[in-house]
Amino acid sequence: MIANQIMFFLLSAMIIVFSILTVISRKILRAAIYLLFVLVSTSGLYFMLNYQFLAAVQLTVYAGGIVVLIIFSILLTSHISQRFEPAGLKKSMFSAIAALTGAILSIVTILDYKFEATAIAAKEVDMRLIGKSLLSVDYDGYVLPFEVISVLLLAAMVAAIAIAKKSGPAKTQSPTLKQE
Amino acid sequence: MNAGIPIQYFLILAAIMFFTGIYGFLTRRNLITILMSVELILNSVNINFLAFNRYLYPHKLDGMFFSLFIIAVAAAEAAVAISIIINIYRRFTTINVEDVDEMKY
Repeated sequence: MIANQIMFFLLSAMIIVFSILTVISRKILRAAIYLLFVLVSTSGLYFMLNYQFLAAVQLTVYAGGIVVLIIFSILLTSHISQRFEPAGLKKSMFSAIAALTGAILSIVTILDYKFEATAIAAKEVDMRLIGKSLLSVDYDGYVLPFEVISVLLLAAMVAAIAIAKKSGPAKTQSPTLKQE
Repeated sequence: MNAGIPIQYFLILAAIMFFTGIYGFLTRRNLITILMSVELILNSVNINFLAFNRYLYPHKLDGMFFSLFIIAVAAAEAAVAISIIINIYRRFTTINVEDVDEMKY
């Protein structure tokens, strides 16, 4: 067994164990920390697949941004020491059956399908290529989704501010309008 | 870096992670833990995209850019979802999905 196989099994064991702990942990802050471990191990997998830029994005946006946001909202909305009552036996049993059935079905399908290995030389993914592809309008360019995602991020930012803004009592008309 | 690891391993790992997220989505009652399950699901989809890109179409970058856009969408979704959750908490003083059954403004 070569070194990268050991690395892969280590990372995937971490991912599986911590994602199961994320969904069954009864303390919410611990669940968030387990989610952080899952995301960091996933970025390790991206490094193994040779997508260094995406691994860095995963670390900064997911592990650095989203998990911190989740932890902040946990601290705002619940007590740290609060424990969930476990989900009902019937509910958890049927959910487990649904999840297991889906997992087994898709694993069987994956093992059944013959993936064709390609002999095409891999493209070197460097920052220059990523930047050029993001801004090019050619066949391999991604300028349209890039622009759409920037508009989406702006809209999400405005929406988040507008929703979370404290809505006070009914506002009176502004004094400038009253003067007319 | 990925020599000796067949593509199936990555896909099986992503499938297990995906259905763990589904299980959490179905059993959890707290809105924030539901959001965390959704993040797990999105993450497993990213692994799938990158494995397909690396193993089957290594001369293209489609999977990588799709994952990049998924990460951006996940960030936007988390921000909006958390602002909604905080607003719900302010109105109902709980974020348990079973207690929040009213959409009246």
